[in-house]
Amino acid sequence: MKCEEFIAFLADYLDELLPRETIARFELHLAGCRSCTAYLATYRETILMARNAANAARLDVRDAPEELIAAILASVR
Amino acid sequence: MPFMEAVDAGSSERALVARLQAGDASAFEQLVRQQTPVLLRVARRFMKSEDDARDAVQDAFVAAFKSIRNFGANAQLSTWLHRIVINACLMRLRTQRRRREEDLEDYLPHFRDDGHQVTPSQQWNETAETILERTELVGIVRAEIDQLPDTYREVLLLRDIEELSTEETAAMLGITANAVKIRLHRARQALRTRLDPYMRGVQ
Repeated sequence: MKCEEFIAFLADYLDELLPRETIARFELHLAGCRSCTAYLATYRETILMARNAANAARLDVRDAPEELIAAILASVR
Repeated sequence: MPFMEAVDAGSSERALVARLQAGDASAFEQLVRQQTPVLLRVARRFMKSEDDARDAVQDAFVAAFKSIRNFGANAQLSTWLHRIVINACLMRLRTQRRRREEDLEDYLPHFRDDGHQVTPSQQWNETAETILERTELVGIVRAEIDQLPDTYREVLLLRDIEELSTEETAAMLGITANAVKIRLHRARQALRTRLDPYMRGVQ
């Protein structure tokens, strides 16, 4: 397996959707390629970072403004 | 949640749904007060302006109010509203979409004829754990997600942040499951490339 194929299979590998034979070839490439080892690690971090950044935003809770609640209630009455 | 509390929460939700379905105005006000903060946080992730986020939440409640009679006995209100507000955001984004969908090609890895990467990838110094301590990096990640073309950003938000399944995402966007998988992979790769200089600490 070459880097190009490795990267194409990445999402399916993380979702455990690859057939066993492909996993073996995938992991064989991974063991010998520093660039793809870094790519896999940073791809995985990207997913977690996106999620964490969104969740961190959940911490800076600005309460729902009263005028919005009033507008919603008015719009359905 | 302890079992009895869960039972209580379930029965009080069923009671609220019954009042909503009977057209009880005070029940609707209770629902709006309870759920608006949560739904607004979701809408802010999709919409780039606060006004648009608020409008989407309002759209969602109007839609919810119209279809409360169809609310299933086994469904959960919070899950149901979560899907409705996402739909409201997607509809607003669709009508706003005037910007030409820029190509992601520049942010995808490039390969030599022998199948190796043109520019070898490197490990990052920052991790998803460490960025939580770094407010400016959280801001950078959010800004870079916002920079993705909408068709890719939507899939990334639905799958990786709102944690919907591939099938549910496909149904919401009206595309195939395979198209969801392709867009998600490309969106993650593009975001990875855009974050790379910050996370390696060279920018």
